[in-house]
Amino acid sequence: MTLPLIIYRSLRQHALSTLITAGSIALACGLLMTVWMVKTQAQAAFVSTATGFDAVLGARGSKLQLVLNGIFHLEASPGNLAWSDYEAIRRHPAVKTAIPIAVGDNLRGYRIVGTVAPLFTTVEYAPGKKFVLEPGGKLFDETAREAVVGSFAAARLGLKVGSTFQPFHGLAFDEKALHEEVFTVTAILVPTNTPADKVVWVPLKGVQTMSGHDPKAATDVSAVLIQLRAASAGLMLDLMINKQGNRMTFAYPVSAIMTELFGKIAWIDRVLALVAYLVALVAAGSVLASIYNSMSARQRDLAILRALGARRRTIFGAVVAEAACIGALGAAAGFAVYFALLWTVAGVIRVQTGVVLDVMAGHAVLWICPLAMTALCTLGGAVPAVKAYRTPVAETLAPVS
Amino acid sequence: MLSVTDLTKSFATPEGGRVEIVRVPRFALAAGEQRALRGESGSGKTTFLNLIAGILAADSGRAEIDGADMVALPEAKRDRLRADKLGYVFQTFNLLQGYTVLENVLLGMSFGPRGVDRAHAVAVLGRVGLAHRLGHFPRQLSTGQQQRVAVARALANRPKLVLADEPTGNLDRASAREALGLIREVCRENGAALLLVSHDDGVLGQFDGVQDFAELNEARKGAVA
Repeated sequence: MTLPLIIYRSLRQHALSTLITAGSIALACGLLMTVWMVKTQAQAAFVSTATGFDAVLGARGSKLQLVLNGIFHLEASPGNLAWSDYEAIRRHPAVKTAIPIAVGDNLRGYRIVGTVAPLFTTVEYAPGKKFVLEPGGKLFDETAREAVVGSFAAARLGLKVGSTFQPFHGLAFDEKALHEEVFTVTAILVPTNTPADKVVWVPLKGVQTMSGHDPKAATDVSAVLIQLRAASAGLMLDLMINKQGNRMTFAYPVSAIMTELFGKIAWIDRVLALVAYLVALVAAGSVLASIYNSMSARQRDLAILRALGARRRTIFGAVVAEAACIGALGAAAGFAVYFALLWTVAGVIRVQTGVVLDVMAGHAVLWICPLAMTALCTLGGAVPAVKAYRTPVAETLAPVS
Repeated sequence: MLSVTDLTKSFATPEGGRVEIVRVPRFALAAGEQRALRGESGSGKTTFLNLIAGILAADSGRAEIDGADMVALPEAKRDRLRADKLGYVFQTFNLLQGYTVLENVLLGMSFGPRGVDRAHAVAVLGRVGLAHRLGHFPRQLSTGQQQRVAVARALANRPKLVLADEPTGNLDRASAREALGLIREVCRENGAALLLVSHDDGVLGQFDGVQDFAELNEARKGAVA
């Protein structure tokens, strides 16, 4: 009972500094865990989010731009492909499925993508999962001005089956660039937790023939999303289109291209991690400083305990354990910071990219970080503990009479 | 119970020399005996008690408590001996301000070999008239009540020897008489020896055996350079 009582009373006596110090540890711990989890989860989510496609074929340009445009509905298209190019790749024996897309318009910032019905009827965006329409909806008629809206976009735009809208020209929202055509929503997609959720899907012809678009490009497509019959075919097409040709780019494999992207921005991770480590060090230092500064005030108590028979090592242990408790308190509170930060960041990532992070996902860092933080604070507590260990009992208790 | 032989203690002076505060050739206290030492302020009484308690390390000599020499023991064993055999009532009480009355007494017991006995702690506090103040903090008590907590804490561990350093120095005459009576009575009940130091004739007058510390302590007869 002795050690817990001494620790409890000491924490109570210095409640304000305990709370402030534990708060700084909570921030450090929460920040560290958030940085780590956002990094690993975002990378995993972006790399695995191929929405069922192995490759993207587009105009000559950057593979990364093609993937971001075709799969994640970010970035602009590097250019158009002729309809004959689409037909050629569709008929290629190595290609299982080829889905053309056309971009260039938006609905109040949400991208409008023209495509064909097989995207919704044959493609599995994840193993065993096809796009499903909310009850009461029906797929758009490829010859009509109709739309199927992703769940997230529908919620944000307030669209329901039967709603009508006029697209805006361009990928960025400009209210002056309103098209004349009126589209009718025929279905809302069940959430897929993929970038498809933030897209307004319309028939390919709907985008191609939109007023104000170049009539000469009325049959062009922005990219073709491809499923291959075998992985080896990807290398063959890569050789054929990228190395031997100079008109188109074959972005394959999608996951490797995204991994490459994260490799390029890995320095940001390193900087964030460095900042988080520094914050952790500062927090551990604050434990040291907080207890050390209160040592003068508590030396008399320590001397009394010694006079009552407490050994030096008991006093040392009490101060170290107090530091460990502050660290553990902070680490526990760090989870609140972590969930708040991750929830916020995940929301931003979802709005911006459509990629969904799992806030409740587990990872080794979620126990390593709190333990390491507590250990660091315990280590920080050793410095004031040495001072406590050396407390001269007789001199501290009373002047010699 | 207590046997002191050639016990000395000196301190460094700001000038770089040393001044001897305690030089007691011989002093003894039998089990259950109650003795008072008379001495003026600065005569080395507290230092003498601190040496016996092992709170201060002596320069030389012996201070045997129940056969164990406090001077020769390593620090950890001195702490154990103090927790096991000694009760110390300080002039300024030295209560832990952040702890309740009961916790102060429990902590006094917790470092000894018998460990914490909550029921006994409550009983001792009841014996000193504080059964209704167990959850109070020292700052919420009167000076007399604080002194009683200090007494309860010193006696709760059933010590063989109780050292009392001007235990009534901060009390008015009536409270001092009451506190002293309580200390002596509880020591008697527990069979503990009591060594009390004071300069107050009102206190000393209650003891049969009063010894002048100046006669006991030879250090004051000539400082060492």
